[in-house]
Amino acid sequence: MISYHAVTVRYPHRARAALDDVSLSALRGQITAVVGPNGSGKSTLVRALVGRVALDRGAIRIDDVSVLHSTRRAMATRVAVVTQREEPAFPLVVRQYIALGRYPHLGLWRGHAPGDTAAVDAAIALTQTSLLVKRTITELSGGEWQRVRLARAIAQGGEAIVLDEPTTFLDVGHEMAVFELLSRLARDGRAVLLVSHQLNLVARFADRMILLHDGRVAAAGTPGEVMQGSILERVYDWPLVVTRDPAIGAPTLVPLRARPRV
Amino acid sequence: MTTARWCLLALTLAAAVVAGIMVGTLPLSPNVVLRGLLGTAAPMDIAVVRELRLPRVLLAALVGAGLGAAGAALQGATRNVLAEPYLLGVSGGAAMGAVIAVALGARAPLVPLAGFAGALGAVALTLLVARAAGGRGDARIVLMAGVVVGAFANAAIMVALAGADASVVRGALWWMMGSAADASWVSVRSLALYVAVGIAILLLLARAIDVLALGEETAAGMGVDVARVALGVYVAGALLAAGTVAAAGLVGFVGLLVPHLVRMTGARTHRSIISGAALAGATLVVMADLLARIAHPPAELPLGAITALLGVPFFLARLRRLA
Repeated sequence: MISYHAVTVRYPHRARAALDDVSLSALRGQITAVVGPNGSGKSTLVRALVGRVALDRGAIRIDDVSVLHSTRRAMATRVAVVTQREEPAFPLVVRQYIALGRYPHLGLWRGHAPGDTAAVDAAIALTQTSLLVKRTITELSGGEWQRVRLARAIAQGGEAIVLDEPTTFLDVGHEMAVFELLSRLARDGRAVLLVSHQLNLVARFADRMILLHDGRVAAAGTPGEVMQGSILERVYDWPLVVTRDPAIGAPTLVPLRARPRV
Repeated sequence: MTTARWCLLALTLAAAVVAGIMVGTLPLSPNVVLRGLLGTAAPMDIAVVRELRLPRVLLAALVGAGLGAAGAALQGATRNVLAEPYLLGVSGGAAMGAVIAVALGARAPLVPLAGFAGALGAVALTLLVARAAGGRGDARIVLMAGVVVGAFANAAIMVALAGADASVVRGALWWMMGSAADASWVSVRSLALYVAVGIAILLLLARAIDVLALGEETAAGMGVDVARVALGVYVAGALLAAGTVAAAGLVGFVGLLVPHLVRMTGARTHRSIISGAALAGATLVVMADLLARIAHPPAELPLGAITALLGVPFFLARLRRLA
């Protein structure tokens, strides 16, 4: 569905490329998770997808069409994106905000058709945000705001959803709820491409993991293949062990205390 | 916004227009105003209503509508509640054009044209500076570039005025303080064209501005061509600001103040904020022009001073609520 082909991105005045020859793909019906330390290029993947940074080399394709050959609007009808941060400048009502997700489907003057309203209602039901719809987005708690942003992206529709750190600032319960929701979206046939720091959660939910390090792919495969102590220790530059979680036996990373100097 | 509020806004504007026509050296009753408009009053009253008061009131309304709508769109697109039409270097550029024209001894019809050219030149320069700095539709860089260009224009004006004689300084100052006193049907017609085109463009972009106000990266992911929409808002905003400046000089605070007022009434989407700001801006400038005429007769106060005086207490009140 979404595929990166040997993508290289350089920011001006930086010696090292932010993304260096990165290839990966996110398939329909699966959660594909991109993990890696701070500054490894995870967010640049998302920025390149929405055209906020130019590609030095390589291509990003939605199915077989390069994103360069498609308008932003046409792309947005197929791929919804939840960026890492979003600070709205003005206080919209939650329902108005979620309905903005339909923007790429609307004409210049055409208002919301019944199909648009149905998509908004379905997104509200799926994210369990119906109690919030009359509130103002600037009054929501961190967890509520994140759910509302997900609702907006789901209302946008399409066959793929891309999320950059969707559970930052969320407590365990809200975090699990978001991952369960993503899992549901994947089961319903969407391609879910997720950028996350939460290695252990990702290892339990993702079908495929891609580990980025200094802008390159350090490892890719099933969670079991990527969550290897030796690889993670090198990439994160910290002593750690990988064990199994007691509930479902997914690989779980446990970072160790720094060794006392003798 | 509810329909009731829209009606209230429209009625207030209508009342302000009627009051604006009634008040002056020769006060007219509402009845005479109505008959003057219809052409059934005494010939002198018809002349006062149709040739003196009406063009002036309409010009003030158009100036307010243009500045209000431009301010609303710019605040949305730049995600900055302090953005206003003059911030793109428009005011400095317009004043520079006008001052140069006055200093070169140009007569009345040329001065507004020079102001218009100066305003558009300044906006073009602002956008070029922003592009050279590498801001791909980055609102902060455009605003900074506008501040730089505006500061340069102000410096140029001071240099030009330093050696000029008193009459030139006075003419330039009058321009910089704003006034609807030179209104004529010709200026009303040409400004109406700019305002209609400018507001139409902004309304077409209104939905994209709603999305852009969420942030540039989010907007790109939702299908907005960020650089293109931002450019459209800047160009339409500049057209409105330059047109109004050419017609009435610099009328400060309207583009900044009015969008805040409209948002306070509960308008949330930019289609209603921009339309509401056009109506409220028109009302505000018509009232301000009325005050400018009656506050200190027979002299007229500068329109820009009145709008600024109205803006200050409002922003003080807002400041208290923020703190």
